[in-house]
Amino acid sequence: MGLIGSPVVRKEDHRLITGQGTFTDDLVGPGTAVMRYVLSPHPHARVTAIDPAPALALDGVIAVHTVEDFGDYPDLPGPEPAARPVLARDRVRFHGEPVAVVLARSASIAADAIEAVEVTYEPLPAVPTLAEALAPDAVQLHELLPGNRLMDVPVDGDIEEALAAAPHRAELHLVNNRCAPTAIEPMTVLADWTGARLELHASFQAPHHLRNYLTEWLGIPQSHCRIVAPDVGGGFGSKIQWYPELFIAPLLSRWHGVAVRSVLTRSEALKLMYHGRAQEQDIEVGFDDEGRIHALKMLVTQDLGGYADVTGAGLPVLTTWMAAGCYRIPHVATGFRHVFTTTSPVSSYRGAGRPEATYAIERTIDLVADLTGVDAAEVRMRNFIPPDAFPFAQNTHEAVVYDSGDFPAALTKLLELMDYDTLKAEQAERREDPDAPLLGIGFSTWLEIAGFGPNGSLEGFGHLASWESVNLRILPDGTALVTSGTSPHGQGHQTMLAQIASDVLGIEVEAITVRHGDTDTVQQGTGTFGSRSVSTAGVGLHRAATAVAERARRIAAHLLEADPDAIVLSDGRFHRQADDEASVGWAEVATASFQPLQLPEGTPAGTLEEQVYQESPNFTYPSGAYGCVVEVDRDTGQVQVRSYVAVDDCGAVINPLIADGQVHGGMTQGIAQALYEHVRYDDDGHLLTETLEDYLVPTAPDIPRFVTGRADTPTPNNELGAKGIGESGAVGSPPAVVNAVIDTLSHLGVRALDMPVTPERVWTALNEAKAAR
Amino acid sequence: MSTHEVNVAVNGTPTATTVEARTLLVQLLRGPLGLTGTHVGCDTTNCGACTVLIDGEPVKSCTVLAVQADGSEVTTVEGLADGEQLAPVQEGFRQCHGLQCGFCTPGVLTTAAALLEQTPDPDEAQIRDYLDGCMCRCTGYQMIVDSVRWAAEHPADEEVAS
Repeated sequence: MGLIGSPVVRKEDHRLITGQGTFTDDLVGPGTAVMRYVLSPHPHARVTAIDPAPALALDGVIAVHTVEDFGDYPDLPGPEPAARPVLARDRVRFHGEPVAVVLARSASIAADAIEAVEVTYEPLPAVPTLAEALAPDAVQLHELLPGNRLMDVPVDGDIEEALAAAPHRAELHLVNNRCAPTAIEPMTVLADWTGARLELHASFQAPHHLRNYLTEWLGIPQSHCRIVAPDVGGGFGSKIQWYPELFIAPLLSRWHGVAVRSVLTRSEALKLMYHGRAQEQDIEVGFDDEGRIHALKMLVTQDLGGYADVTGAGLPVLTTWMAAGCYRIPHVATGFRHVFTTTSPVSSYRGAGRPEATYAIERTIDLVADLTGVDAAEVRMRNFIPPDAFPFAQNTHEAVVYDSGDFPAALTKLLELMDYDTLKAEQAERREDPDAPLLGIGFSTWLEIAGFGPNGSLEGFGHLASWESVNLRILPDGTALVTSGTSPHGQGHQTMLAQIASDVLGIEVEAITVRHGDTDTVQQGTGTFGSRSVSTAGVGLHRAATAVAERARRIAAHLLEADPDAIVLSDGRFHRQADDEASVGWAEVATASFQPLQLPEGTPAGTLEEQVYQESPNFTYPSGAYGCVVEVDRDTGQVQVRSYVAVDDCGAVINPLIADGQVHGGMTQGIAQALYEHVRYDDDGHLLTETLEDYLVPTAPDIPRFVTGRADTPTPNNELGAKGIGESGAVGSPPAVVNAVIDTLSHLGVRALDMPVTPERVWTALNEAKAAR
Repeated sequence: MSTHEVNVAVNGTPTATTVEARTLLVQLLRGPLGLTGTHVGCDTTNCGACTVLIDGEPVKSCTVLAVQADGSEVTTVEGLADGEQLAPVQEGFRQCHGLQCGFCTPGVLTTAAALLEQTPDPDEAQIRDYLDGCMCRCTGYQMIVDSVRWAAEHPADEEVAS
């Protein structure tokens, strides 16, 4: 007991550090055939002919299929009428869209075969940018959706009056750069439908969700399908999309009587796994001389790519909900529009809509600071929602009610940890010394919406429901088995859930087995995303353990011939009363629970098991204050992150080791978005960042050592007080970095720089600003 | 495509396998030799998930032909532990949360093992620099650095507390 909050070393690790992990491609059996796509070299084209004959002539090629062969099946699940066909139908809408699929006896034969398929294209004009896609005469990607738009929600006109009434007014156009989530394990599928049941292993974040959709698509009973997400090599939101191989591989296995393996190469994954962010924002802010914000207007333009993904379409909804961040702004109005471009589809990437919102409001706050001359930390303090205002109904949307937080305390702690006053003095000295690198200090006091679990919150994203399912059973020897519907890909759920159960039951962490990711053994599940696992599955398990402990107490009382209300559960033993030597352990109680002759009259066998479908009464709102210090080389524009401090409020922490790891990883992705990563297309719509040579995932020398602190305010939404931590670092970090870089140049009048803030962009801004003076 | 017999001692065990000339070392390891601890995360020698030791030197096994490794000694992540006894670098990753999803970890571990062999007491900058060829998308690297430092402070001959 007392395990909640302890830095327990992970249960997961031993297998993974000894090479005994079971990632999907580690499970390939002999005789498994290899599936590969034939990819379009054009971003936009008509497909006029596909000749599979040269490929079929190769020894070892089993089959070549095109979209016509899947005529008995619907398009992939997605918003109509822009849903994606399983393979390109007549027309390709992004560079790399698969036009045919090859099945071969080996990977090398498959590699030869995809080169041999002859495809004839008639190229069409590409519209790789939002501006081109929105132009009045732009080529149309989906005939039924004129203007390349899926949905328009205009900004509420009422805001104009409030903006006009504010003493000052400013505009900002922001680009949230397109990123590739880049889990190191690319998307991998292993399908075996050679027997009566389909068995599918996949690197996926939500196996039951996949089961629900795949069985409907195939027209088979759910009981005839087993989905397993074994070890999954990272996800970050990119392994929950309806990638065609999830649907094609089972059919190829069925049709050709072989197990089928699909492993994307990295250059395929950079085209075919959905991208994130890809959003632009037009902001107007009204404020006064003291830096108080009176009104905020934001129009979000979301790039959907060539086809609409349901989560991708939801991104700007979350961005608009979170538009006001952790501030009390009297007037807020938002709107959004979805735009199709000839690019890879866009969907969730760690934070999904909230990093975009955070970037918008935190850049806006710094602009107000620069324009008023009020210190950037002070502007934040003046606009924060005060700690006594919770629950706080934010005026962006009726669903948005912040649960808890103490934003001034988090920022105050950050300023102490950074030694802000000393930094400001150093910055002033550096500006006077032409030989010294410029110093910049950037803040992000951010807040996100997490804990996706309230009824209705996930149904709109196509999920069966929003609960999470967890089951706890005590085995006859007094050890415990937990099955959880959240299925991790690095988040350490086996350890986290075992800690929660152990904390209630007093059973050792080592004696609690946690299973997940298998639709045959886990009752139901929703999945791991949206920083939801602790506040749904964790809370559900806490309730299950509490219920089981209470039933066990009654059995123990019967065994001890004692009063159930006097029984004390301590260190895994049930004592007749406090400080009483007479006691029974979990093994005796568990054994008795299965033996009717040992049970109190009326108690059936097998009661030490509990299943919970855990919803949440409200979202949780993790928040934090991040500070970044950068140095900029005046001659090259090179940015070096000198220090990075993060103060987080995720409510209660279950395992500080795991929580810090989540924050570190998220901050690294956020710093990378700000400085390095950018999925780029050329003017003709061809992907330029096709490999990890061009798409700059940072490595160890690129990333600083972090300083972390906590300013936790437990959420009142659940008895654990936990808000979630999985996305925090990625949500909060990009504006901290960009604000710091702009701060190096703000004395020269520089007010904006776009991500990624490359040396070229910084150098150009520096030199243009100097030339203008 | 011509075929060749490749003789490699893998984790101390001699092996002889006939492979196509184009077979990569990582394909030999993961396929015929059944050592799936070594992973493939890219196709341009950037990610480092496939790193193994060839005669003690860290090498990306996706960029070496199996025939090039003929006659050499190869150590994979499966060969780092001494029976049940984890290598210090493995224990360090466990103690310091040096891994999350674990997919890149085999390559990071073999690289870090080589560093510690060459430089038993590396400082943070040396560790970060040596691991430049390993991409980890989960950890943000700090706990990897701490894990390697833990290993440096707990060499193999010392008693390891679990």
